[in-house]
Amino acid sequence: MAIQHRESFLNNVAAKLNRPRKKSAVTKPIWRKQPQWDVLKGCTQEQLIQVLEKQCKVIHTSFKRTNKNTLANVLYETILEYGGKSIITAEDERNDLYGLPTFFDRLGEEKIDIHVWNSGKGEENVIFAEQANIGITFSDMTLAESGTVTLFNDKNNSRSISLLPKHYIAIIPKETIVPRMSQATKTIHDLHEAGHKIASSISFITGPSNSADIELNLVVGVHGPIKATYIVVE
Amino acid sequence: MGIQIGKKTYTNRVKSGIEDPFMRQAVSSAQERLKDGRIQSEKGLGNWEEWRSLGEEIRRHTLDNLDYYLEQLSEQVEKRGGNVFFARTADEANHYINRIIQEKNGKKVVKAKSMVTEEIGLNDVLEKEGVEVVETDLGEWILQLDDDPPSHIVAPALHKDRERIREVFADKKGYLGTNHPEELTQFAREQLRKDFLSADIGITGCNFAVAESGTITLVTNEGNGRLTTSLPDTHIAVMGMERIVPTWEELDILVSLLTRAAVGQKLTSYITSITGTRLKGEIDGPSEFHLVIVDNGRSNILGTEFQSALHCIRCAACINVCPVYRHIGGHAYGSIYPGPIGAVITPLLDGYEDHHELPYASSLCAACTEACPVKIPLHELLIRHREIIVEKEDQAPISEKIIMNSFAKWASTPAAYKLSTKIARPLLKPWSKEEKVTNGPGPLKGWTDSRDFPTPSKQSFRSWYKTRQKGSD
Repeated sequence: MAIQHRESFLNNVAAKLNRPRKKSAVTKPIWRKQPQWDVLKGCTQEQLIQVLEKQCKVIHTSFKRTNKNTLANVLYETILEYGGKSIITAEDERNDLYGLPTFFDRLGEEKIDIHVWNSGKGEENVIFAEQANIGITFSDMTLAESGTVTLFNDKNNSRSISLLPKHYIAIIPKETIVPRMSQATKTIHDLHEAGHKIASSISFITGPSNSADIELNLVVGVHGPIKATYIVVE
Repeated sequence: MGIQIGKKTYTNRVKSGIEDPFMRQAVSSAQERLKDGRIQSEKGLGNWEEWRSLGEEIRRHTLDNLDYYLEQLSEQVEKRGGNVFFARTADEANHYINRIIQEKNGKKVVKAKSMVTEEIGLNDVLEKEGVEVVETDLGEWILQLDDDPPSHIVAPALHKDRERIREVFADKKGYLGTNHPEELTQFAREQLRKDFLSADIGITGCNFAVAESGTITLVTNEGNGRLTTSLPDTHIAVMGMERIVPTWEELDILVSLLTRAAVGQKLTSYITSITGTRLKGEIDGPSEFHLVIVDNGRSNILGTEFQSALHCIRCAACINVCPVYRHIGGHAYGSIYPGPIGAVITPLLDGYEDHHELPYASSLCAACTEACPVKIPLHELLIRHREIIVEKEDQAPISEKIIMNSFAKWASTPAAYKLSTKIARPLLKPWSKEEKVTNGPGPLKGWTDSRDFPTPSKQSFRSWYKTRQKGSD
């Protein structure tokens, strides 16, 4: 299968543009205006956190702030707010750095069902995620302006974790916070140019799912999570 | 269904729109809210004009080099294990998609909102083959259950109120709850979750493809785009051939323009970028990926004076400011693409014959041009359409021909002209309100049904000019 009907299709496009096919590399111009780099320019990390906190109100997302030592307590408190029960989380190398395995053990003792994504277990992971009450992941890049967590989904931080459960908690390491989407897309562009394989799914997530399809009334919680909490960790 | 919706004449469609008070109220309040949201978010940036210029420059460069970027896109998709099908026509696209589904023995398709699949009439084709197709965007699902076409690009079920939606859910899905939007939405979540989990195939549109990496990006709020691309084992993405950017850096700009111009959001809840099939060790995401790139008349616009119409990013900002859309609603356009952009592209994609009235569904006030985040000169393109219709196609509306002929006769007879400018104001008095004729008689009715007509001035230009000359003597 691969690629079908390309030549005749593109030859027609070129003909309509009144020129031969462009085969050699087209050089992208340097855009005359680049206002994206002026947004939150020169802000300190502290100022970016304040912008993020403010934006969380707009996107119906709870905002919490803590440090590595108290992260477990804040997570625990949030999990209880959401009714506990069952949790799915990513197999992330940062789990150890943030002391999460001990915390997960503690949850297990309290009869809260915790499942760390294990690609060896196949479909079982998705089935658990679909029934889970809470999904927890780290943010890979966090966009202050829009209040967005960016996830490079892979076999460990799978798409379902931040998507199928009723509630979503994002752990945001302070250093992942950048002004806006421009810094994230520039990073992805540079990684691609450097020959890295980009993730099969990159999710920019801005709060819980919502819809305004009924009389333009905003309803928070449609197909994705119904509630979300961001926890910024220093 | 295709691009054209219904078989009623334009005049009848306009009449049904104007005589539907709920629709008119819903549309005008929706327009206000969407427009205010957009203006607030533009102000927040402080330099919106620079953003628009950047958007326009990116779109122009991309369209001028479209063959190059589409080739690069297809190479990259293939590298990541995907298939690419270039479809010159709607039939070719539908045939390919149907073949893939039949080969997989697919029984159920979940679809995320996509205008291009509406345009090519994909659902009808698949349903005829016995495939169950479920629209998963809340607005699209409501319309699918009620067998009704969309009336707005971004908020497709805008013309329905909550009670009508409750009735539809009750009739078609046995819903027993109230008409509260929260409860209706919760019901949709439960119903559609089952469909997501049991579907074999996911079909999405594509807001922007990224040529450099073979990525397709979906801009959504509900999460159905993510579910459609995460759960079924096969993903088919369908894109209009112009929906492409060179690199991730331009993706940022166009997504930022789209979400602000469409709904006043800095970003929507989900911007989902999918590159090829799932990678080794990944459990969710499709094992098979197809990208269908659709021409369906678009290439005929390339290289013409209408090329900038292909710069459109489908934000509907022009629709949300249009005074004519406000009065007649989306269905009156008889096209899945309503409003000013619909009036520009529908005749280009589907010919003048069935759509020659559309360029006249505009007061040429230019609010659309001003609202467009990529600076498409919409009202100028509408004027150009009218010129072509009058000059070449000889398809100007009959009323316009009669009016123009009579105007010529009347205006060239000085006595008649003088008399009528004098008596027009007192004559129209019964229909006038605050210097506007709102419900005019006879030939004016057609005009004032969908817009107000200014009352004739108290003094005619000629008598004003005479007095002025006297004064300066």
